[in-house]
Amino acid sequence: MAAAMPLALLVLLLLGRKGWCLAEPPRDSLREELVITPLPSGDVAATFQFRTRWDSELQREGDTDHYFLRYAVLPREVVCTENLTPWKKLLPCSSKAGLSVLLKADRLFHTSYHSQAVHIRPVCRNARCTSISWELRQTLSVVFDAFITGQGKKDWSLFRMFSRTLTEPCPLASESRVYVDITNYNQDNETLEVNPPPTTTYQDVILGTRKIYAIYDLLDTAMINNSRNLNIQLKWKRPPENEAPPVPFLHAQRYVSGYGLQKGELSTLLYNTHPYRAFPVLLLDTVPWYLRLYVHTLTITSKGKENKPSYIHYQPAQDRLQPHLLEMLIQLPANSVTKVSIQFERALLKWTEYTPDPNHGFYVSPSVLSALVPSVVAAKPVDWEESPLFNSLFPVSDGSNYFVRLYTEPLLVNLPTPDFSMPYNVICLTCTVVAVCYGSFYNLLTRTFHIEEPRTGGLAKRLANLIRRARGVPPL
Amino acid sequence: MGLLSDPVRRRALARLVLRLNAPLWALPVAWLERTMRSVGLEVYTQSFSRKLPFPDETHERYMVSGTNVYGILRAPRAASTESLVLTVPCGSDSTNSQAVGLLLALAAHFRGQIYWAKDIIFLVTEHDLLGTEAWLEAYHDVNVTGMQSSPLQGRAGAIQAAVALELSSDVVTSLDVAVEGLNGQLPNLDLLNLFQTFCQKGGLLCTLQGKLQPQDWTSLDGPLQGLQTLLLMVLRQASGRPHGSHGLFLRYRVEALTLRGINSFRQYKYDLVAVGKALEGMFRKLNHLLERLHQSFFLYLLPALSRFVSIGLYMPAAGFLLLVLGLKALELWMQLHEAEVGLEEPGGAPGPSVPLPPSQGVGLASLVAPLLISQAMGLALYVLPVLGQHVATQYFPVAEAEAVVLTLLAIYAAGLALPHNTHRVVSTQAPDRGWMALKLVALIYLALQLGCIALTNFSLGFLLATTMVPAAALAKPHGPRTLYAALLVLTSPAATLLGSLFLWRELQEAPLSLAEGWQLFLAALAQGVLEHHTYGALLFPLLSLGLYPCWLLFWNVLFWK
Repeated sequence: MAAAMPLALLVLLLLGRKGWCLAEPPRDSLREELVITPLPSGDVAATFQFRTRWDSELQREGDTDHYFLRYAVLPREVVCTENLTPWKKLLPCSSKAGLSVLLKADRLFHTSYHSQAVHIRPVCRNARCTSISWELRQTLSVVFDAFITGQGKKDWSLFRMFSRTLTEPCPLASESRVYVDITNYNQDNETLEVNPPPTTTYQDVILGTRKIYAIYDLLDTAMINNSRNLNIQLKWKRPPENEAPPVPFLHAQRYVSGYGLQKGELSTLLYNTHPYRAFPVLLLDTVPWYLRLYVHTLTITSKGKENKPSYIHYQPAQDRLQPHLLEMLIQLPANSVTKVSIQFERALLKWTEYTPDPNHGFYVSPSVLSALVPSVVAAKPVDWEESPLFNSLFPVSDGSNYFVRLYTEPLLVNLPTPDFSMPYNVICLTCTVVAVCYGSFYNLLTRTFHIEEPRTGGLAKRLANLIRRARGVPPL
Repeated sequence: MGLLSDPVRRRALARLVLRLNAPLWALPVAWLERTMRSVGLEVYTQSFSRKLPFPDETHERYMVSGTNVYGILRAPRAASTESLVLTVPCGSDSTNSQAVGLLLALAAHFRGQIYWAKDIIFLVTEHDLLGTEAWLEAYHDVNVTGMQSSPLQGRAGAIQAAVALELSSDVVTSLDVAVEGLNGQLPNLDLLNLFQTFCQKGGLLCTLQGKLQPQDWTSLDGPLQGLQTLLLMVLRQASGRPHGSHGLFLRYRVEALTLRGINSFRQYKYDLVAVGKALEGMFRKLNHLLERLHQSFFLYLLPALSRFVSIGLYMPAAGFLLLVLGLKALELWMQLHEAEVGLEEPGGAPGPSVPLPPSQGVGLASLVAPLLISQAMGLALYVLPVLGQHVATQYFPVAEAEAVVLTLLAIYAAGLALPHNTHRVVSTQAPDRGWMALKLVALIYLALQLGCIALTNFSLGFLLATTMVPAAALAKPHGPRTLYAALLVLTSPAATLLGSLFLWRELQEAPLSLAEGWQLFLAALAQGVLEHHTYGALLFPLLSLGLYPCWLLFWNVLFWK
C-alpha cells in the first residue's frame, strides 16, 4: 500500500569460525532483470533485481542457531543518494552496462516510492546440502508518479522514466531481461500498447492473479542491434479512469490514539478483504522501552468479538537495554477488520537521553505482518532456478497460497519533554551554583572547629627560646 | 510560486467556485470525492451523527448527521509519520464554498510538487465544528463527547499543524486571523508570526479581532487601539469557546489557526490567488519543520499582530489581585484567633486543661450546612436544566432550548433565596465567629479556584478576579448591606457574562440595546451549555460547579443572622 517500506535490516549472523576467506571465490554469473508494471492510476512501478551467487568454504554447522538470530529496525532512515551509490558499487558492471545503466540517482529520487534492499543468504547447492553458496540479491523498487514526473500524461518510455535507454547487456551477466506487465494488453478491450512489440511473453500467477509479461532479452543480439538502443514505450490507448485502485487481500494500518503526554494506545488494524477465506497472520511488534506497555490491556477484536490469538510470545522490555517484543499468531476472519490495541504510558527519560530534536517525537518501529494469503487463481509449482527472479518476491507455497510480508507505517510518538531552552539552562546553572554554595555553607556550619594548642616543644626548643629571649629576639 | 499563474488552472478554479455557489442543502460528497480523486489525492469519507442535548436555536440543529470528506496527499518517499491539515468547515448553507474551491485548487497545485516531506490532509467538514470534532475524535480514536462516527479508513501520522480557512466571497479585502481555541488554548506564537510574515510579503491586509493594525505607536491612538484589541482578545479567550474550527485541534496539541476572508467596503480587493499564495507559503514553511512548533510562546496576549504581552508581564496582575483574598483571609484568621483568646479570658476558667471552647466546634459545624447547600445548588444548576427540559416543556408553553435557559436562570435566582435561611444562630456568645469562619473558607476557596483558572485560561481568571475579588473582600453582615448586596449581585458570574457581552459589542463598535443584550445573554447561556456537551468546553461546569457555589457562600455571609 502507500506506506513506504522502511529499510528493515534482517541480519543473519551465520558466520562460522573460519570467517571470510581472502581469495576471490569463483562467482556464478549475474542474473539481472527489470519488471515494469503500469498501474491503473497511471503510475508506473519499476523493480530491479540483481542476483549473484558464489561458492563459499564456510560449512554449516548443523541447524541455524537461533541465539544468533538478530532483528533490528531503524525506523527513521530516509533513503537518499548516499545509500544508492555504495549499493550500485556492489554490482559487477557497476552502472556502466546492462540494466544498471538506468540507475540514475536524480530520476530514481523523483519518484513517489523508493525501496532498496540487499539480501545475503546461504543457499544449498544440492539436495543434500553438503555445499553452500552465498547469494547476494539486490532489489530496487520505485514507483513513478504520473502526476509529478509525467506532468499529467500517462504514457511512458524508458527514456522518460530514467532519462537513459538500454544499449548493451552487462558482459558478466548470464541473463538480462526486461519484463513488462501487459495483462490488459492481450484482452479484448485493448487499453495498453507496448513498443517495440514483444517477441515472447511469459505467463504466471503473481499475488494470486494471472499476469502476462512481455519479455525483452538484452542478450538477444537482434533486440539491440535493430536500433542500437532499446527504448521500451508504454502507451495507454484508452486512458484509465480515476477509480480507486483494487484493494489487496491483506493490508494493515497502524496509529497512536489518545491525546496528552501521559498515556496512549497503539492500535493496529488488520484488514482481510478476502470474501470467504480466513487466514492466520503472524504479527511481530517491537516497541521501545520508553513506551511502557500495559500488556493486560492487549485486546484483539474482529467483527465486534474478541479474537484469541493462538500463539503469543512476549518478552518484556528492560529499561535502556532491550525493547518489548510481542509476537502473535492471529486468525483473521473472512472479510473483516481486526483491531489489535495495547495501551502504554510514556516514560520520562533522563535529560541526557533526549535526542537533539526531542520535540520531533520518538519513532516506533513498524509492525511486521507475515501471512500466507489465499490466492484466487491456483498456481502450479515452479522451478525456482528457472523462473524469473521476481517470482520469488511473493513465493507460492502450495499453489493456493502466496507468502506476503508487510511492514506497517512507523509511528511518531511525543514523549514528555522538558523545555530545553534558555530558562531551562538558567535553572540548571542556578541549581548547580546553589548546590555548590549550599554544600560549602553546610560544611562550614556543621563542622566543629578545634583550635589545636601548639605543643610546648622539646628541650632544644625551650633552650633556644631562652637564648632568644636573652638576646631580645621574639621566641619561636 | 506558480499557483494559478496559468489560465487553465484559474479557469478551473472559477468553474469550481461557480459549481459550489449553486444552492446546496448538503455537502456534495460524491462530487467532492470525485474531484479530489481526479486531482490525485487518496480520498476517504467519514459519516457521523450526534444528537444534541437540546435543540440549538442559533444554528437551527438538533439531530445532526453529516459526512466529512478528506483527501490525503502522500509525500513522496516518506513514511506517513507526519502530516499537515488544511481544513474548511462547511455549514448548512453554502457560505464557505469559495474556501472549498481554493482548497481544491491548492490540492491540485500541491499534488504536482515533489518537495513535500509531510503528508497533507485536505479536510472538508460538514456542520462546521461538529464535523471537525467528529473527525478529530475519530483520527485520534477517542470519544470525548459522545459523538457517533464511522472509523477513519486513512490516516497520515501525527498532525503537526493545521490551518482552517473560511471565505465567504471570491474577493477579500482583508484576512482576519483567529487564534483563541477551546478553553482559551492558544497555538504557538510562531504560527501566528508565520502568517504575519506571509501577509507582509504578499501585501495582504491582515486584521486581528477585526481591528486594523495600528501604525503609529508613538501617539496615543496606537496604544489605545492596541488596548481595544487586547480587551477583545481577553473577552474571546475568556469565553472558552473555539473561535473557528482550529480551536478543536489544540486539544490534540496540533498548532492551528483560522483565517477568515473579510469582504468589506474597501477600495482595494484581493482575489483568491493572493490568499492561495499566502497559504502555499505557510504550508511550505510548515513542511520544512523538523520539530513541532515549540520555540516560541504558548501563553500570550496580543495587542497587535506584531506585538505580544508575555506571561511574565501579565501574570503578576492576577497574582496581586489574588493576594487581596489571601491577605483578607489572613486578617480574618487573626481576628478569629483573637476572638477565641478574648472569649477565654472573661470566662475566667484558669488553667491549660480547659478543653476547646465549644463555640469553635459549633462554628465549624455551622459551616457544613451552607457549604453543602451551595454545592448542591451548583450541582442542580449543572444537571437539572438539561435533565429536566422535557418536564419543563410538558408543563410550560416553551421550547426545549428556552426551557433549558429559563431553568438555568430560575435555579440561579433560587440559589440567592435559599441558603441564608438554612443556618440557625448557634452561638450567642460570639455572633461574629460564624460568618467570619464561613468567609474565611469562602475566601480561600475562591482564591484557589481563581488561581487555577488563571493558570490555564488567564483571561477568564483575570476577568473573574477583577469582578469577584472586591465584592468578596468587602462582603460582611454589617454596614450598608443593600449596597454590598447590589455590589455582589452586579459581580456575580451571570452579571459578569452580561456585562462582558455589552463590553464586547461596545469594543466591536456595534453597541447593544438593553433588549438585544438580554436576547444575546439568553443565547449565550444556551451556547455555553451546548458547547460543554458538544465540544467539552469547561466554562459551564466551572461556573456552575465551582464559582457559583463559592459566590453563594459570600451571599450567605452577607445575610448572616
